[in-house]
Amino acid sequence: MTDRVPVLKIGDILLVSIQTDLEDQMVMDLQDDLSHRIVETNAKGVVIDISALEIVDSFVGRMLATNASISRILGAETIVVGMRPAVAMTLVELGLSLKGVRTALNLERGLRLLRRLTAAPADRA
Amino acid sequence: MKQYATGAPAETVAVTSSSDVVTARQMVRTLAQRSGLSLVHQTKLVTAASELGRNMLVYGGGGVVRAAPVSDEGRRGIFVEFTDEGPGIPDVELALTDGWTSGNGMGLGLSGAKRLVDEFEIESGPGGTTVRIVKWGR
Repeated sequence: MTDRVPVLKIGDILLVSIQTDLEDQMVMDLQDDLSHRIVETNAKGVVIDISALEIVDSFVGRMLATNASISRILGAETIVVGMRPAVAMTLVELGLSLKGVRTALNLERGLRLLRRLTAAPADRA
Repeated sequence: MKQYATGAPAETVAVTSSSDVVTARQMVRTLAQRSGLSLVHQTKLVTAASELGRNMLVYGGGGVVRAAPVSDEGRRGIFVEFTDEGPGIPDVELALTDGWTSGNGMGLGLSGAKRLVDEFEIESGPGGTTVRIVKWGR
């Protein structure tokens, strides 16, 4: 059994703070857990904090992108926060642009962005 | 690839599961830190090692990761070798093309890893695949 990344509920937001070096199985479990929790809790937004991640490879990058798409279909916005500069530079060179994934510099800005996005959903095309 | 002088005996990790991939990339990171690679260089090298380690596990059925500090003309770097005894890659040129994938990946494993390092060499045949990379500090 591998460890699971905790998914915390705060109001109508789900917070995921990744604190360990991710094994592929943990990445897949997280994707599963998140989609279920969004439906279960009727969450409007998901914040994924990756500030502790020393690397994001194509597997984790794909999870972040897929997760953003799944969440959107389930009615929740996803913001990825805290990416380290070295990780961002590496991702771009690797060829992953994380299209469709909203990002913010840190948790505080991510939450602010999420509040704005979920406050007026009708304004968005 | 040139045979570089190694600064210490090579360290190895046998990869048979995804947790071994994590162990292998931690080994590579420790070596890179010890050799004084910058944070960005470390991150690129460890990310490349993660891609190649996973490839080896998924397509080669697992294998061995061997890493050592190397030096050349005053430069210091890290050499990493990934060896498996899998079925081999039928068309290496094709496999190095961006977006090419034989399975459910994004097709960035080999081509992406190649972009992240300074030297990249691949040998593949029916008896297995060996990928060698070097990342220099400067």
